[in-house]
Amino acid sequence: MRRVLVVEDSVSTRAFVRAVLEAPEFADALGGCQVVEATCGFDAMRLLPRDRYDLIVTDINMTDINGLELIRFIRRSAHHRQTPLLVISTLRAQHDAERGIALGANVYLPKPFTPEQLRASCAELLAGPAHPSSGPPSGGHRAP
Amino acid sequence: MSDGGGRGDGGARDDFFSEAQELVDGLGRDLLMLDDLLKKGRVDPEIINDVFRGVHTLKGLSGLFGATRMAGLSHQLEDLLDELRLGRIDIGVGVLDLLFRAVSLYARILAAEKGEAEDPVHDVEQLLLALGQVSGRRTGEGVGAVAQYELDPGLLGVLTEYEEHRLRANIQQGFGLYRIRALFSLATIDTALDAVKANARPHGEIITYLPTGSSSDADTIELEILMASKAPLGVLSAAIRSSGVTVEEVQRREPTTAALSIHMTGAPQGPAAASAAGAVPSVHPGLAPTGQERESRPSVLEGPRPTGTSNVPAVTAGGKASSARAPGQGEMSLRSVSQTVRVDIRKLDRLMNIVGELAIVKTAIARLTERARGRYVEPREFATELARLNRSFERHLAQMQNGILEVRMVPLGQAFDKLARIVRQISREHLKEVNLVITGAETEIDKLIVEELSDPLMHMIRNAIDHGIEARDDRLSVGKPVVGTIALNAFQKGNHVVIEVEDDGSGMDPKALTAAAIRRGVVTADEAKEMSQREVFALVFMPGFTTKEVATDLSGRGVGLDIVRTNISKLGGVVDITSDVGIGTKMTITLPITLAIINVLLVEIGGRPFAIPLASIEEAIAFDEAALRTVELREVLSVRGVSLPVCRLDRLFGLTTSSRRARSFVVIAQVGDRRMGLIVDELIGQQDIVIKPLGRSLARVRGFAGATELGDQRVALVLDAAALLEEVLVPGETRFFGAAEAVRS
Repeated sequence: MRRVLVVEDSVSTRAFVRAVLEAPEFADALGGCQVVEATCGFDAMRLLPRDRYDLIVTDINMTDINGLELIRFIRRSAHHRQTPLLVISTLRAQHDAERGIALGANVYLPKPFTPEQLRASCAELLAGPAHPSSGPPSGGHRAP
Repeated sequence: MSDGGGRGDGGARDDFFSEAQELVDGLGRDLLMLDDLLKKGRVDPEIINDVFRGVHTLKGLSGLFGATRMAGLSHQLEDLLDELRLGRIDIGVGVLDLLFRAVSLYARILAAEKGEAEDPVHDVEQLLLALGQVSGRRTGEGVGAVAQYELDPGLLGVLTEYEEHRLRANIQQGFGLYRIRALFSLATIDTALDAVKANARPHGEIITYLPTGSSSDADTIELEILMASKAPLGVLSAAIRSSGVTVEEVQRREPTTAALSIHMTGAPQGPAAASAAGAVPSVHPGLAPTGQERESRPSVLEGPRPTGTSNVPAVTAGGKASSARAPGQGEMSLRSVSQTVRVDIRKLDRLMNIVGELAIVKTAIARLTERARGRYVEPREFATELARLNRSFERHLAQMQNGILEVRMVPLGQAFDKLARIVRQISREHLKEVNLVITGAETEIDKLIVEELSDPLMHMIRNAIDHGIEARDDRLSVGKPVVGTIALNAFQKGNHVVIEVEDDGSGMDPKALTAAAIRRGVVTADEAKEMSQREVFALVFMPGFTTKEVATDLSGRGVGLDIVRTNISKLGGVVDITSDVGIGTKMTITLPITLAIINVLLVEIGGRPFAIPLASIEEAIAFDEAALRTVELREVLSVRGVSLPVCRLDRLFGLTTSSRRARSFVVIAQVGDRRMGLIVDELIGQQDIVIKPLGRSLARVRGFAGATELGDQRVALVLDAAALLEEVLVPGETRFFGAAEAVRS
């Protein structure tokens, strides 16, 4: 069972990500997928040290601590230094997303995305360490 | 609770509608605040950022759920708002007009997405065009020199573009930078941080919150808060000081580039700096608001106000009217597409407790059954025990019912918020200055009624501005204040909620009204003579009364008040109107508090059961047929010296009463100011019922609110007292004939 933490302040976006990742067609390929939702950065910081996560998906534009601050925190923490990290944010936040990648996020997937794009990005990140030769997943921009 | 499946599945889509609706409502409130501040020459960058974030989220949502029209609009709006919040465009009345237009378009797009309205293609395109023109007017301030601000690179690396802009703007204003370090328990950080924010806010702007330190201790978190303030260190640390919080000034180095030195002469401290900052004209978002403005904000944010009179932004028509009163705006609806009710968790906890109690009753009944099955039980003892259980069951059921009704209740303020927006829009279109004064926004009413009420209220307010409030010069010439006032008052009165819309405009002349009504053929001259003043004013609610000829001085152009009356009576309410020439007009809506479960009096007419809502019953008395008299072709009954018009329901419904009895009963119904006696054969008793709507084929029959199933499998029609009284008491053609078919089928 793969565990995915979704940090996002929009309830429908969380529901969307959950629906896509927990759908049987995606879960079957990976032996099941369980989505845990965090509604803000603090929520994520509460959840992160207590559990194992195979993938973290985070928004950037959030109140209080923003997604970039969360990424920095995660990459400095003892628990999730290596956990794959997917940034979801709108295309116009390119500047912010680039900072996220610089801080250690693995892939930036601009919103809005299709279920297929989300599946492709997550599947690749869950498959294991990055293969630089494999190229970016459809719709996603991989860190250099 | 997983929905499974991807795009468009029910659960996630419901989430989408309720979240989108909430965001759009929030945008409306924020814009009103901006509008209000702008009139005082101020701008709150934080509200602009809130609006940006709202649109940003809407865009993300609409993209995910395939709402392309909404995504397109959000995309362009986001561009404009980004420019606004990054200080590249100044906010002004024109820009606000566009944003207000966008909010009402969002509502229509959402309704279209739900299949409840037509897609406003044309209006969206027009707005997009207008937005494009604003976005083209960029002042093009350079971005990117943040690295030169000599702050910790680690901190600068995690700032979003917006935070960077706010940082720069504050430094340019000459404010000092402070680092607040605080240690929080992760479990309570949200409330603890709120306290720090509340203390810090009056003194400046918080730029960002950076979690620092190691996560070795999973229970605590250290935050570094970057704040800009014009207050000196001493004042700031005194304000924010609490356990585990330290405040220090961010050290400044000498500026290294000439370009920067203009602005970065260091952050001056003390009163001189404060006054210097205060003297800058403040229509640029770059200016952080003063403490006072900040403090005033929360009071505007809260929807329903606890008590008293609140002054919703005075709406002042500026120099130019908004050019495009978009075509088809008459179809605009304020109804929200969301069918979600936010519920205080404590209310649900209480319901859960009651369910627990009911479970105990169930167990007791099971035990009693078991006992009776096992051995002979003395009948009297059995009955006593059963009666005890029944009482307990009834009590809990009543609590449950009240609890669920409470959950359905929402403050009327939800509808009033949107009206404030409408007032702004309409008064700008008409170049009239109007002040909307709201009282009783906290009055609670069934969610369903609030939704259905939005549109009628909008029509009434539109009508009041269109035809009530006089033009500026006319007001001046009769010595009235230039700014007109529309008062929106709500209060509870027994089982009803009363809403008044009162304007201080020109009022209506009863003589002119009757003359127009006779000309239009709405009433005959003879009928007009018989009419009371209230009946005369009620003429404006008649269909066909709003015609061009009359429209110029009396009523709306196509905004039919008859629709208002129809919609209100669908909700079981009535509208009354009073007016004084030169002083103003007051329309009063009286509504039941809820539609869901109602307490009724069951009566028998022609051998069939009928239900009359108790809320509209004053009393029920036995009377002697001989006491009836006929006055001017109407049967009246004298009750304690007051003669009361009566209506024989058996005749009205075309039912035959088996035997003429000497004694019957009269149920005295009262709705608003109208009273009438309803003659019935028998009184059966009181009961709580759930109203079910009549089928589609009977939907047009007036006089019935619906039907209900009685305990003994019989079905009773529920009388709609408001419609019944109106039909029987108001002169003119009767649309009640369909009732006979409804009863028989």
